[in-house]
Amino acid sequence: MSRVTALYGTSVGKKITMAVSGAIFVLFVLAHWFGNTKVFMGPEAFNHYAEGLREFGDPFLPYGWFLWIFRAVLVLSLVVHVWSAWSLTRQSWAARGTKYKKKDSLNIDAASNTMRWGGIVLLLFVTYHILHLTTGTLHPDFIPGDAYHNFVAGFQSIPVSVVYMLCMIALGLHLYHGTWSAFQTLGFDGPRAQKIRRPLSLILALVVAGGNLLFPVSVLTGFVS
Amino acid sequence: MATSTMKLKLHVWRQESPSARGGFVTYEADANEHMSFLEMLDVLNESLESRGEEPIVFDHDCREGICGTCGMVINGRPHGPWERTTVCQLHMREYGDGDQIWIEPWRAKGFPVVKDLFVDRSAFDRILQSGGFISANSGGAPDANAIPVKHEAAEESMDAAACIGCGACVAACPNASAMLFTGAKIAHLNRLPQGQPERYDRALDMILQMEEEAFGSCTNHGACAEACPKGIELDVIAMLNRDYLAAVVKAG
Repeated sequence: MSRVTALYGTSVGKKITMAVSGAIFVLFVLAHWFGNTKVFMGPEAFNHYAEGLREFGDPFLPYGWFLWIFRAVLVLSLVVHVWSAWSLTRQSWAARGTKYKKKDSLNIDAASNTMRWGGIVLLLFVTYHILHLTTGTLHPDFIPGDAYHNFVAGFQSIPVSVVYMLCMIALGLHLYHGTWSAFQTLGFDGPRAQKIRRPLSLILALVVAGGNLLFPVSVLTGFVS
Repeated sequence: MATSTMKLKLHVWRQESPSARGGFVTYEADANEHMSFLEMLDVLNESLESRGEEPIVFDHDCREGICGTCGMVINGRPHGPWERTTVCQLHMREYGDGDQIWIEPWRAKGFPVVKDLFVDRSAFDRILQSGGFISANSGGAPDANAIPVKHEAAEESMDAAACIGCGACVAACPNASAMLFTGAKIAHLNRLPQGQPERYDRALDMILQMEEEAFGSCTNHGACAEACPKGIELDVIAMLNRDYLAAVVKAG
């Protein structure tokens, strides 16, 4: 059996591709959050950072290439992640057959229970987020190149901020179960790994979700204006 | 000491044949606190037979929690509410007068209902046959300690070998996945030196067979481990994943 069929031919293989693509997203959301904390250093620093993402790699890469390579990797990961999730979900839904009349939720926490629907919420959120703050299509007052202005003006709308905050809670739940699940799927299960897997997943979820929540909150409270 | 007796209302899944449409039938059952759950069903069946009705079919054998034959979902929990027990070890002192109990078979495409609460678990046999063995030379028994086994390896292998193949993991899993069973069988042999020569073939073959059997995929909820009457833990699934990944890399 070739490696490719082994990865795509079985549920275990599909889960491995989900774990790897998920790990890329984990690194991305961490970097995304950390980069955006520059907003607390003022308009100049933040816009400089946004511009820096385009200039990154100079003089080896032409202007904007780094960002586009980065985006291509993310899109590829997204396709793999969503396709695997869809395929595994269909397999699992078909595997039960007749439903139980009585249900008792054994050991199933909110995070593991919301992976599928939470994933769809995140997919919709990512689409909205790109149309809102990257392309400006859904932004009422978008100035291309002025990331700081777009950020502040965007979050000054209460409904928009509420949507972002709710989606960050969904992201936190998804990250918590997803990270733990990826450790399990990739077989990181030694005596030491067993001790740190849960706490590490929780810390990651809290840092990313909590850290990102600071952005709309700081605009709404006028801390960033 | 007086024995407390109880009247129960049982909602039992009845299904004539694999292809028939099943449904719940409600029975009044008398029990006392000293009966096991299966004895309570035996008494009900006797009264059904004496009335000329078909007894409820359920699987059972040793009735001491070691054979893995019995199993039914009681009020939404495989093997009922007690931790680390099979349904034959569940006692009626758990219940009180007037309780309603819903009794269903394991629900999974991989475990088709044969009749009533009795399901066909030969999918597990086929998974075992695909890799749950080691190759050994025939002839006289090997000397004891000819192959040294680390204490930890022996302990961990025994933990996995405690699996009795009852299928509660599949029944409990929201995805009807057989990963805990398959993981236990892989870990049982792959943790021992005797299992090393066929380690990666075993992982590959058993997982490919598991995929053939219409089970779902693992989402790491952990419901299987909670339902397991033998306390098999999720680390056997991590080992299954790790050995599968290694097998894929080696297969090239």
